[in-house]
Amino acid sequence: MLLLEHLWILLALPLAGAAANGLFGRHWSKRTVDAVAVGASGLAFAAALELWREFAQLTAAELPWVRSYFSWIVAGEFRADFALQVDQLTLVMVLVVTGVSWLIHIYSTGYMAGDAGYARFFAYLNLFLFFMLLLVMAANYPLLFVGWEGVGLSSYLLIGFWFLRKSAADAGKKAFIVNRIGDFGFLLGIFLLYWTFSAADFRSVFAAVRQMPVETEAGVLTAIGLLLLAGAVGKSAQLPLYVWLPDAMEGPTPVSALIHAATMVTAGVYVVARSAVIFVHAPLAQDAVAVIGCLTAVYAATIGLVQTDIKRVLAYSTISQLGYMFLACGVGAFAAGIFHLMTHAFFKALLFLAAGSVIHALGGEQDIRRMGGLRRKIPWTYGTMLVATLAIAGAPLFSGFFSKDAILFAAYASGQQLLWGLGTLGAVLTAFYMFRLIFLVFHGQPRFDEQAVHVHESPRVMTVPLVVLAVLSVVGGWLAAPKLWGGADLLERFLTPVLEAPAWLAAFPAEELHALELRLSGAAVLAAALGFLAAWWLYLQQPEKPAMLAARYAAPYRLLWNKYYVDELYAAAVVRPLLWLSERVLWQKVDVAVIDGAANGAAHTARRLGDQLRRMQSGNARSYAAWVIVGAAIVTAALVWWVQ
Amino acid sequence: MLPAATDYYRLLPEILAAVFGTIVMLLEPFLRREHKAALSWLGMLGAAAALGAAVLVRSDAGPAFFHLIQADPFTFFLRLLIYATALLVMLAARAYLDRENLPHGEFYALVLLGSVGMGVMAAAAELVTVFIGLEISSLSTYILASYRREALRANESALKYFLLGSFATAFFLFGVALVYGATGTARLEQVAEGVASVLLLKLGLALVFIGLAFKVASAPFHVWTPDVYEGAPAPVTALLSTAPKAAAFAVLLRIAGTVLPATLLWFWVLWGSAALTMFVGNLAALVQSNVKRMLAYSSIAHAGYILVALAAGTEAAYAAALYYLAAYALMKLGAFTLVAHLAGRGERRLTLEDYAGLARREPVVAATLSLYLLSLLGLPLTAGFLGKFYVFVAGLRAELLGLVVLAAVNTLLGAYYYLRVILYMYFREPDPTYEHAAREPVPAGTGLVLAATAAGTLLLGIFPGHLMRIAELAAASFR
Repeated sequence: MLLLEHLWILLALPLAGAAANGLFGRHWSKRTVDAVAVGASGLAFAAALELWREFAQLTAAELPWVRSYFSWIVAGEFRADFALQVDQLTLVMVLVVTGVSWLIHIYSTGYMAGDAGYARFFAYLNLFLFFMLLLVMAANYPLLFVGWEGVGLSSYLLIGFWFLRKSAADAGKKAFIVNRIGDFGFLLGIFLLYWTFSAADFRSVFAAVRQMPVETEAGVLTAIGLLLLAGAVGKSAQLPLYVWLPDAMEGPTPVSALIHAATMVTAGVYVVARSAVIFVHAPLAQDAVAVIGCLTAVYAATIGLVQTDIKRVLAYSTISQLGYMFLACGVGAFAAGIFHLMTHAFFKALLFLAAGSVIHALGGEQDIRRMGGLRRKIPWTYGTMLVATLAIAGAPLFSGFFSKDAILFAAYASGQQLLWGLGTLGAVLTAFYMFRLIFLVFHGQPRFDEQAVHVHESPRVMTVPLVVLAVLSVVGGWLAAPKLWGGADLLERFLTPVLEAPAWLAAFPAEELHALELRLSGAAVLAAALGFLAAWWLYLQQPEKPAMLAARYAAPYRLLWNKYYVDELYAAAVVRPLLWLSERVLWQKVDVAVIDGAANGAAHTARRLGDQLRRMQSGNARSYAAWVIVGAAIVTAALVWWVQ
Repeated sequence: MLPAATDYYRLLPEILAAVFGTIVMLLEPFLRREHKAALSWLGMLGAAAALGAAVLVRSDAGPAFFHLIQADPFTFFLRLLIYATALLVMLAARAYLDRENLPHGEFYALVLLGSVGMGVMAAAAELVTVFIGLEISSLSTYILASYRREALRANESALKYFLLGSFATAFFLFGVALVYGATGTARLEQVAEGVASVLLLKLGLALVFIGLAFKVASAPFHVWTPDVYEGAPAPVTALLSTAPKAAAFAVLLRIAGTVLPATLLWFWVLWGSAALTMFVGNLAALVQSNVKRMLAYSSIAHAGYILVALAAGTEAAYAAALYYLAAYALMKLGAFTLVAHLAGRGERRLTLEDYAGLARREPVVAATLSLYLLSLLGLPLTAGFLGKFYVFVAGLRAELLGLVVLAAVNTLLGAYYYLRVILYMYFREPDPTYEHAAREPVPAGTGLVLAATAAGTLLLGIFPGHLMRIAELAAASFR
């Protein structure tokens, strides 16, 4: 039981890798840096597998398995230990995070080869892995928050990795600051939790919540749920805080795959699922999760329809898929949400890595209008990306089919037909924009200069991870395939002890359930087929049609193309007023004008003092003195007259 | 009635610091020019002796000098903070004074004598004694602020500091007189029995507050801060932004903690001042392009967070305020020391542009500065996060939800400008002309200070328990 006793080893491995490469990597050869970084993440994955083996021997009474290493924050009766926890949910997350992360580390040794900041890149990547594992293994909210902020920091460093591009640095900052808005809510949520339960560790909090009645009207649990949701919305790029994720695509593609698709952005979903007990007891907050998720799923998909940057299409697709996960949690199907999180980690990581391979092959080109006909030139990339596309679009037997089905089924069965309808519409859109991408990139005639660009398949270190992920994108779904399709529903049963089973499930007789499942699956397949056919007709059969449609429906097209002008709206409503206040009001007016003005009007003594000072070239000391007098007058007046 | 031996014993740290300060000053004329730098050893020895004495005296808490002085766990906490700060400032200053070609002896003497005043403020249980401490500390810091005699800017700012400082001290003294008039005493325990509704006492406490608010640089009495912090030599700025501020907060805390009328009267003023201070500090920092000035505004903002704890007014809140003061001192000392080093001779390189690409020229230095900045921003696993965390929790416990929300909004604003420095260091191309600027290696003393403050910032972030227990004990002194 080595790892169960010493859970910290799992964290120490990537941290050691980050420290080694961060401190000495500059002086090492590429091989050494590779060995350290890939070794650290590979060992972490091996440790996760060993943890799984050991975990299987635990009895239900021993769960959740918590190991506390030292007391971290102690203030009065408040206490938060540096404590790690393993239960079924943690285990799934740890396996997905370390596994995908290891593959992406390997891929990166090819993709990033020759980059000036090679060692720095891997140091950040290992650091990210450390914080992500801390996030999913923490046994209390404050420690989870440490990981939460830590992944944000590593993400910031990695988005801005190519700092020569100003846009990259700005995107990093945007991501960090937008996330802080959500984090602010998250932190308040933790405070409120502690305030209510005088504890912040999962075991005590959830035990206390289970004793409470379900809140039919907004109460303290609803407030906690909504505040936690605010954090999750920021981290998982949901409406209205999604704006940072598309810009985050400025980072290197492996980073987009690992952090902005497979792992970090799913942290919000993890937190909602982790807090399942709270949300189940606060139906209003849970409904908010469902509505936000569902709206985001459709909203982001519509933007994805018209984008032309290969990575941005995928970014909007990620936002949309995260929306499905929120939808699942919101209708009580937490296990389905985590299931989709897992399959999405496989196929979206694959999509990004394949996109990276395309970009690599074309020497840095990211605009799909200048691609085309790559099918035969980079067959491995094409094949694997096609698999991922089939998976995300929900082609039968591929992983996304099972997980998205589970979500849509849950939405319908829970009685939220409208959400189901929107979710199905989202599925049509998903199939459309994904096949549009495939057709524009790999089919048709090349739209780039074939003389200038030497198209080449990526090296083995890059294609092998693609193939592994492609296999996972297919079989990953079978793990949780429902009985209807001959599966054993393994994942859902595995997760049931941690995640509450949806209440509506019990209301259905088994036969009715199967019949409904079958009908809904049929609808989902139809939706996917519809999206596929539309893309096939528009981009393969009638390639001149899309431009005509865009011209005919110019207004809605421009709206989508400009992403509903949300960035502009935020700039006008939030960013500019703040800077204006800082620059014009506090800097020019208060520092210069108000204080000087006050001097002209008030305080005769100060003026005389100032006149003497002026001779000593001490410009505005007199106004400062006047300011002090004004302040003093206010404070004195306040104390003497107002306060009783 | 003469003071007994225990009286002196309970003031031993200040006495030792004063003795060493005087020795340094007396020795200075007799040393040859090239040996004067060695005085730094003597100065540091003095600070270390004071630290040792503070630990020694800890076991013998109690009043001294007819209840003018109170040696209790609260005093102990602040003595640790003040003398440790003095020690670190002197350690880092030696290389700076060499580089700027400034005299050594006076500097160490002034730092020591100034910390005597701050120690007296921390220990004082009577308002006139507070005033004496305040004057001792202020006079030293006025001179220190003008230490670069040739620099026009430094002189200008020092003069402002002196004038406005005297102005504020006058407020304080007048307030003390009124308090005395209202209650017939200046001893805090006895003032505590005064009736809050008496006009004279109200006025007196208002003026006392204003005087101290000036010293902690809280809005609207902060106006001197940016100029003075920017103009003073960077090691002095490191001192100014930490030790005297901590001493003034100590007086505020002691009055708020022991004098019930003050606790009641000050509540809304503390509330308003906290909110205003945070916003003024953070919003004004947003547009600064001079790193030293930006850090000055950030100091103002941080005073606002500490005021939140004061407004909360519970024992846990006072403990949080003390913890915050220590955490804040570590990161600010480190940051200003680093700014002093990076600014180069004559403190010319202070703008953000000068920090562009620093991470590639000096990765360790850049990483260290990032650590301080992230801590100031309040990122978990750093001292700054826990400082805020404790303050916020205490504020919520005291049902100050509105103020805590304002404070949390302010941490968001802070993220913007701290991050901008990191952005420049890591994500900007250096101006090609700076590539040729000679890379100065970090001097040993500076390096030690940086190592100590960086380690402290991290350690307090990961293992805050020990310091927090000392802070809780200190806050319990007011019972």
